[in-house]
Amino acid sequence: MITTTGSDSLDVPVHTDTAPALRQQVLVLYLATSALDAPVIGWTRYDGTGRTSPTTGDSAEPPYASGLDALKDGWRLIQAAQLIPPYPGHEYDVSFLKHEFFFEQIVQVQGHVNRGSDGSAA
Amino acid sequence: MENRDTLLSSVQMARFVAHGSVRLDAVVPPEMNAEALKALAEGIPPVPYGTPVSEAYSAESFTGRLLKIPQVAGALRSLVGPEPLVDHHFVHIREPHGGHAQPLHGDAIIDVRADAFDVQLMYYPQAVTLEMGGTLSVPGSHLRRINESDTGRYQNLLGQNRLVCPAGTVVFLHHGLWHGGRRNDSDTTRYMFKIRFNPTVRQQRLWNTADLDDPRVIVELDAMFPWYEHATGRLERYNRILLWRALTGDADFDLDHWVTRVSNRPQEAAA
Repeated sequence: MITTTGSDSLDVPVHTDTAPALRQQVLVLYLATSALDAPVIGWTRYDGTGRTSPTTGDSAEPPYASGLDALKDGWRLIQAAQLIPPYPGHEYDVSFLKHEFFFEQIVQVQGHVNRGSDGSAA
Repeated sequence: MENRDTLLSSVQMARFVAHGSVRLDAVVPPEMNAEALKALAEGIPPVPYGTPVSEAYSAESFTGRLLKIPQVAGALRSLVGPEPLVDHHFVHIREPHGGHAQPLHGDAIIDVRADAFDVQLMYYPQAVTLEMGGTLSVPGSHLRRINESDTGRYQNLLGQNRLVCPAGTVVFLHHGLWHGGRRNDSDTTRYMFKIRFNPTVRQQRLWNTADLDDPRVIVELDAMFPWYEHATGRLERYNRILLWRALTGDADFDLDHWVTRVSNRPQEAAA
C-alpha cells in the first residue's frame, strides 16, 4: 500500500513493507541485423525486482530467437540502436555490436521493498 | 631454435588468427599442478614491467619450469618469438560462492596494432568445471576495437566459450580477446595464473610453416562465429586477412577476394 506524508507538505509516496510497487525489468537483445525480427546473437538482463541476479556468462542459450519473439512475449521495445555510417577511414574497423535493442517489462512486486547494498530503496 | 615438433603448425596459427586463442589441454603434468596450487596460493613475486623472460623467472622456479614444458615453450615461441618480455603476471583466485563475475573486457587499454600482438598465458592447475566459473571468452572478438570493460553490458553472446578444462591446461590469448572470470558457484577455490608477454621480434613466420599451403589454413581463417552480425562478420574476415598477410609476409594473400576487391584501383589508362 502507498501512503503519503502529512497534508501540510508535498505529498511524498512512502512504501510500507506490504505495499505493492512497480519495478522495471530490462532485457537487451543484440540482433544479427538492424531488423527487429532478426536472430538474437547476444542478450543481457537486469531485474529491478531483485528476485534474480543475471550476470556475465550465466547462460548459453538466448531467451528469445528474435527481437520480435520478445515483443510477442510481452516485452516493450524502449530503445533501438541508430544506424550510424562509419567514420571516413574506418569503414573496415570492427568494434561494438551494432544492433542493440532495449526492452522493458513493468512488474508489480508486493510484500517488501528491495533495498540496495547501501540500504537505499532499490 | 626450438624443436619444430613443438611449434604451432600453420593450421593452428590460422585458428589463432580466427579464434584469438590457442588451447593446450592437460600439458602440465600432475605433480607440477599439485605444486602450483601451493605456489599460487603463496603468491608469485612480481617482476618489473618489461623484464626479459629469462631474467624474470629462474630456470628452477615453478614459472621457469612451466615455460619450459615443450608444448608451452613451442606455442609461446610460435606466437611472440624468442625471449619475449614479461609485461606482468597475476594470480587470479576465485573464492567458493564468492565474488561477482567480471564484466566482459579486454585487458590493458585499446590496442589496435595491426602487425604485432601480445599474448596472455592462462594456466589452470586444477580441473575447471562449469560451476567453478572458468574464464569466459568470446571467440573471434580480438580484432574488435574496444577499450577495456566498455563491453561490460554484454552478458552473453551466442557461441561464447565458458571454459571447462582438465587440470594442467594452458590457454594463450591474443591481447584483444574479450574475456572475464565467471562467478564461482562451486565449493572449490579456483586458481588461474596469467602472464602477459610482449614480443621483441617481428612476428612473422615464427611457427612451423611446413604446412602453410594446407587447405585447412583457409578453412580456419574463414571461420565465422554465431555472435557475429551478418555484415560485420564479413569485416572480421577482412581484418583477419590483413593479420595473416602481416604474419606470413604474403602481401597478396586473400580469402574469396574480400580485400582484393575493395583495393582494386587500376591506374593504367585504357589502350
